[in-house]
Amino acid sequence: MNLNEFFHMGGYAFYVWTSYGIALVVLLVNAILPLRQRKKLLADIARAARRARRNTT
Amino acid sequence: MFNNFFHKMASPKYFYRIAGLLIPWLAAGFATLTLAGLYYGLVKAPPDYQQGDSYRIMFIHVPAAWMSMFIYMVMATAGAIGLIWRIKLAEVMAISSAGVGASFTFLALVTGSIWGKPMWGTWWVWDARLTSELILLFLYLGVIALYNAIDDKRTAARAVAILALVGVVNIPIIHYSVEWWNTLHQGPTVTKFDKPSIHLSMLIPLLLMAFAFKLYYAFVVLMRARCEVLVRERNTGWVRELAETK
Repeated sequence: MNLNEFFHMGGYAFYVWTSYGIALVVLLVNAILPLRQRKKLLADIARAARRARRNTT
Repeated sequence: MFNNFFHKMASPKYFYRIAGLLIPWLAAGFATLTLAGLYYGLVKAPPDYQQGDSYRIMFIHVPAAWMSMFIYMVMATAGAIGLIWRIKLAEVMAISSAGVGASFTFLALVTGSIWGKPMWGTWWVWDARLTSELILLFLYLGVIALYNAIDDKRTAARAVAILALVGVVNIPIIHYSVEWWNTLHQGPTVTKFDKPSIHLSMLIPLLLMAFAFKLYYAFVVLMRARCEVLVRERNTGWVRELAETK
């Protein structure tokens, strides 16, 4: 099988690759969102802790 | 000793640490299985004698649909455990599952639609299988919306658990819909009592992708659960310490 045939998918290229493309995007977004959320949360919590300490001393 | 283990695992601090250790391994397993599944599914498996190459959408569609139901059952079970025994971590696991479950349901619906167009001649039919799967998506979205609408997270978790448990009735309907009602959707080829009516060259990539998606759910739900733990425990000493040393 050559590469052209592979990408052509027997005439169903649009349907097959759209499906796989959407799956890739959905899975990537789901993995990246909690990564970014955790970083942001930790930064927020650290900032709040510093502020609290400043206010008490 | 067992009791001790469960006690420790139910403590958010310990859970946060163990989950952090597990996530990279689960993600690596997911990547490996996916690469193998894509290779066997897109390159090795022959075209279908009726559907040509379009059937390769199945390697995404079917595992995604399985996951949509599997995750729902995990979510409802975790919700019930949280409801009965008031275990915080069960509440966390239940709500952390909702987003991933909704994503897999969305994927099952969209890839099914894209597969339906060339094979059935239509993007959508209002038959029992497609409609009950769409209701599953709305159940997930309802769970997420309800959780976000209630400020007190423990009350929110209880409300969400009840909604999730009521929605369980939809799961057997999805599963048996293709047997109970006439539909364009094909019947099961793998999950039936007879021998699976699918050739090994297609069954192997299907199962590889199914296991890959299980691992994907495992590592993403743990990442989400860690965030949820940070939110709920943000006023405890260990979270502040953790945040300040980062």
